[in-house]
Amino acid sequence: MNAVNTDCTERNGLIESNKILYTEVDIMHMADALISPIVGGTMMAASAGIATYSIKKVQSDMDDKKIPFMGVMGAFVFAAQMINFQIPGTGASGHIGGGLLLAVLLGPYAGFLTMCSILLIQALFFADGGLLALGCNMFNLGFYTCFLAYPLIYKRITRGKVNGVRIFVASLLSSIVGLQLGAFSVVVETLLSGKTELPFGTFVLLMQPIHLAIGVMEGIISAAVIGFVWKARPEIMERTANSGAIGSISMKNVLAVFLVAVVLTGGVLSWFASSNPDGLEWSMEKTAGTSELEADGWIYNVMSRLQNKMAFLPDYSFKTAADDEVHTSESVEKWPAVSSGTSVSGIVGGVMTLAMAMSVGAAIRLAKRKKRKVTA
Amino acid sequence: MPDISKALYNMRLLDDLAQKDSSVHRINSLVKLLTTVIYLTVVLSFGRYEIIRLMPFVFYPVLVFAFSELPAAPVIKRILLVEPLVIGVGILNPLLDNQRILLGNVAVSRGWITFISLFIKSSLAVTAGILLIATTGMGKLASALRLLKIPKVFVLQLLLTYRYIYLLTEEAARMMRAYSLRAPGQKGVRLKHLGSFLGQMILRTFDRAQRLYDSMVLRGFNGDYNTGIKEKLKLKDFAYLVGWILFFTIARIFDIPNLLGVLLTGVIV
Repeated sequence: MNAVNTDCTERNGLIESNKILYTEVDIMHMADALISPIVGGTMMAASAGIATYSIKKVQSDMDDKKIPFMGVMGAFVFAAQMINFQIPGTGASGHIGGGLLLAVLLGPYAGFLTMCSILLIQALFFADGGLLALGCNMFNLGFYTCFLAYPLIYKRITRGKVNGVRIFVASLLSSIVGLQLGAFSVVVETLLSGKTELPFGTFVLLMQPIHLAIGVMEGIISAAVIGFVWKARPEIMERTANSGAIGSISMKNVLAVFLVAVVLTGGVLSWFASSNPDGLEWSMEKTAGTSELEADGWIYNVMSRLQNKMAFLPDYSFKTAADDEVHTSESVEKWPAVSSGTSVSGIVGGVMTLAMAMSVGAAIRLAKRKKRKVTA
Repeated sequence: MPDISKALYNMRLLDDLAQKDSSVHRINSLVKLLTTVIYLTVVLSFGRYEIIRLMPFVFYPVLVFAFSELPAAPVIKRILLVEPLVIGVGILNPLLDNQRILLGNVAVSRGWITFISLFIKSSLAVTAGILLIATTGMGKLASALRLLKIPKVFVLQLLLTYRYIYLLTEEAARMMRAYSLRAPGQKGVRLKHLGSFLGQMILRTFDRAQRLYDSMVLRGFNGDYNTGIKEKLKLKDFAYLVGWILFFTIARIFDIPNLLGVLLTGVIV
């Protein structure tokens, strides 16, 4: 059978699957539009910190062979993510994240780095996940699986004796936990960015069950792949299990980084959150049990004056039924600033700007085409 | 799976586009990277209800598009492919946020405004990202990352991942085709087969990694790495960066469309 025949057969035989298989983009790969620069920047800093730490560990730990291996495993997970599996009973389909697989086969540090490069390539070439959201995605898909689920769950279960059952249980639990944590992070990051109107409760109820199902699937698939590798090439797994054993010391470092990231996110956000003190009070009460803002009073004043001048930072809010009325009356004032006094000129100006941009672009392209025709 | 082949085609397409020559292609890669990141930061810093003020930011992708002489259709197709997700997330907004807003004489749900704002921001962000890779390419981007002092280990690993994606997705496509030919009418791989399917893929991956490492060593690889392309920073690169940053800053601070509108309506009325 030559190439032409198979292609034709493929196209004819798989037209059905063409239609069903989706251009579905996984929400775990967060898009830029859902993120505010502050959240994106903070998570990028956190991920960069973890990546730097991982690079150090990989460098000290390494034999040369690891880099090509990381590269190839990265390509593998990338390709594996393209393969959709049917979630039985629902008619929907999903794909694996790959974090656990990478951690088991490469070790947590190399696994995290590989996940980072996969996400970077996906963001650049497929807009599967935004560039500003890259830090968030690296954290959500890489940190929880490689640095929490893998050492705390997978390794614990497979310590000492490795057999099919243990691999299965360990993979299943690690995948579920890792994905649940990742999905929850997505919710928190989106909420803190204030780009959607989805209230917290609804969002959580949407995200967690779906990713529970995906986590189960990923756990089963990872278990199957790991089991396969363990039977066929056990030396690969032994090498990663023995090298760079995660002792209690390095775990503490990792957790410290994690805590710093959380504190940074909360701290940075509270500094800039002068416009919606009630929303922040709500969140602080929910998390810390207090809503002490008196100490930071003068900072808030300075910040709010600055903010009024620059209007640089987005407003975000935590929607609850109680806050709704306060919130809506507050923010209705913002919109009329555009619509009541200056609505007509604003819209005219906006349309004009758009038209200008388009015509300038078109003119340049026309000019270039003419130039090419002349020279050609 | 047609999807894998499509993905591969997309990557190759963007890679080919990056090899073209135009004034934008010739700009320093680090400058392009920084400009894109700053653009994204500024665009995404707008509040939920901003629509009009986003308009001046259309200039950046339009101008880059025009000067880079990229073919419009494939790039726009790429952008459109991502929209369903954003629409899916944002389409609930008009329902969730029922506060009525008066636009002129028409009352609309405020949720529409956040939805449109989200849609515009998303389109601009995605376009900026794709334009970056279509005018820069992975190799030059990697050297830009090196300039940012990102360690060689990571950059090398990134480049290898990139190069091996081509090989492995072709492999996966071949395997998928073979599977589908033996399972006509079935959509996707059956769960019980997926383990050994991926397992086989992974074993081939390991073998490849071994062969790759051996061939690198035989050609003198000793852990060190050269990104090869050394780009210089010229005056025009600097001008490009400064120019765009100035434009973004001005467009962020001042309400340009409004000023323009006031000017126009002032002239007419």
